[in-house]
Amino acid sequence: MMTLKVNGQDHQIDADPDTPLLYVLRDDLKLNAAKFGCGLGQCGACTVIVDGKAVFSCVTPLVLLEGKQVTTLEGLGSVAAPAPIQRAFMEEQAAQCGYCIAGMMMRAQALLQRNSKPTDDEVRAELAPHLCRCGTHMRILRAVHRAARLMDTAELTPERKGSAQ
Amino acid sequence: MRTSGIIGGLIAALVIGGAAFAFAIVWRPALATIDPAARQSFDPEMVKRGRELAALGNCNDCHTLRGAKDFAGGLPVPTPFGTIFSTNITPDPETGIGRWSEEAFRRAMRTGVDREGHHLYPTFPYDHFTNVTDDDDRALYAFLMTREPVVAPARANELPFPLNQRVVVAGWKLLFLRPETYQPDSTKSVEWNRGAYLVEGLAHCGACHTPRNALGAERASASFAGGESDYWSAYAINAQSPAPVPWDAEALYFYLRNGWHPDHGTARGPMAQVVSNLSSVPASDVHAIATYMAGVFGPPAPERNREAVVARAKPDEGKTSQAHPEGAAIYAAACASCHESGRQPPYGGVNLALSTAVNAPDPRNLANIVLAGVRPVEGERSPIMPGFAASMNDTQVAALLNYLRSRFTSQPPWHDLEKTIEEARRTQTAFLQTSAGARSAPADPAQRDKP
Repeated sequence: MMTLKVNGQDHQIDADPDTPLLYVLRDDLKLNAAKFGCGLGQCGACTVIVDGKAVFSCVTPLVLLEGKQVTTLEGLGSVAAPAPIQRAFMEEQAAQCGYCIAGMMMRAQALLQRNSKPTDDEVRAELAPHLCRCGTHMRILRAVHRAARLMDTAELTPERKGSAQ
Repeated sequence: MRTSGIIGGLIAALVIGGAAFAFAIVWRPALATIDPAARQSFDPEMVKRGRELAALGNCNDCHTLRGAKDFAGGLPVPTPFGTIFSTNITPDPETGIGRWSEEAFRRAMRTGVDREGHHLYPTFPYDHFTNVTDDDDRALYAFLMTREPVVAPARANELPFPLNQRVVVAGWKLLFLRPETYQPDSTKSVEWNRGAYLVEGLAHCGACHTPRNALGAERASASFAGGESDYWSAYAINAQSPAPVPWDAEALYFYLRNGWHPDHGTARGPMAQVVSNLSSVPASDVHAIATYMAGVFGPPAPERNREAVVARAKPDEGKTSQAHPEGAAIYAAACASCHESGRQPPYGGVNLALSTAVNAPDPRNLANIVLAGVRPVEGERSPIMPGFAASMNDTQVAALLNYLRSRFTSQPPWHDLEKTIEEARRTQTAFLQTSAGARSAPADPAQRDKP
């Protein structure tokens, strides 16, 4: 039994310490934004934020998360009150099948939290570990820049600041 | 006063002689500029040969900056003395070597002097290139002179006084440069001699794999005993090799050609670029290098065979995981899914009992690869590994490394692991941003388009 901090809440998890975080998020906590893609840390669909950094949850065992803060897409905003990164992806219609998008948003969020005005090259380099087979790359890039502007102009709903731990 | 007269005369003679001697060592004339030669004036066959030689010499590794134009220089090379930046060797007339004659190029290769007569720092490995033949220098020159010219002024080196004075290099050469010393050995095969010529010359393997002395010169007495490159440890590739399964000519050929070997794993760090280059040169040259290096490794010790090594990687019986519970859990969750998948390299991870990184005296390479992973080669099937820099802190990486060392090897534990890991975290970030091209080797070089 261990305590896992997800989206600001403590959860008591009954799982082996070598269980990948992704399984716990989806199976135990029913947080289904993070997706299982390759299971090898190569496609990015499972990306969540841990202590401000984007990590592949499919190759991150629980044992590494003692005392750390996990943020999933659900922790950023909801359909009713989307975070800037979610609004930006919707406004740019950046998803086609959407399987990769939750992971893309999480890494983009982590980038924007440490660099509020990334250049196009920086966004491309940051998102390089993510695969999208629909081919909406250009929209995704625009969405990240739009999110940067949204965050910058404080167009935020007051209750959701869209900042992950 | 005859005695003092003689002494005075002697001193004067010594001073004049010394000055003349120093002048002879230091001073090199500028060679005349040429008008850049037309591309068409070079024989295409020779250009092609030059391309292969440039790949054997790994020129692009230092002279191409990640994401920048080929051979335009600008790569920071960290040394114990300061940072030296590689230069533009494209045929741009103003910022490259477009106005260099073939004679000037050959002089640079042979004695480390640029066209204007300045001494070049030995980060440019002319201590090896001095052994390159006139014919090969001519082909290399033809290849470089037919590249796309790029305007890219050299960046100023970051060296302290007096090392920023190039005359100092003349003294270094006097001590350490042995011009054109390579001699074929008539008692050995043609292939062995070809390998020796390449390894000791153009391929400059010793530049990374031979330890250096306090003045930055390779220690001749410790040839191939292991050195370093870009914050990676370059393993000993002689009888002291830490590889659990000894190398032989066949394994060396396969590894150098393909970038991985089932008994050894995958080339990464600076070696990834080397094998990426070697996948594009004539197979006979790679065979020759393997033959020569197999002799340098020496005959394998019989007790170090694959079976004995693999036996160590049997499922953990619990003793090691009890001693290292955190490391064992991290390994089981983050590593074993690939390294014990049963898939063969390069698509499955190597059995870590076979890994030189886990068996080596220096934990640096293992720390580097755990943090940075192995990036896929663009547009090709290639070995991959995710990096764990974002998900593991230094204590966790240390726990993992201690577990791997204890479970998969019979070597003593590493010391100062956390310091190594902290350094690896810092340096890998920089290395990944600057180093050239391929981060790992292609799984099958035959997929590549022919040059």
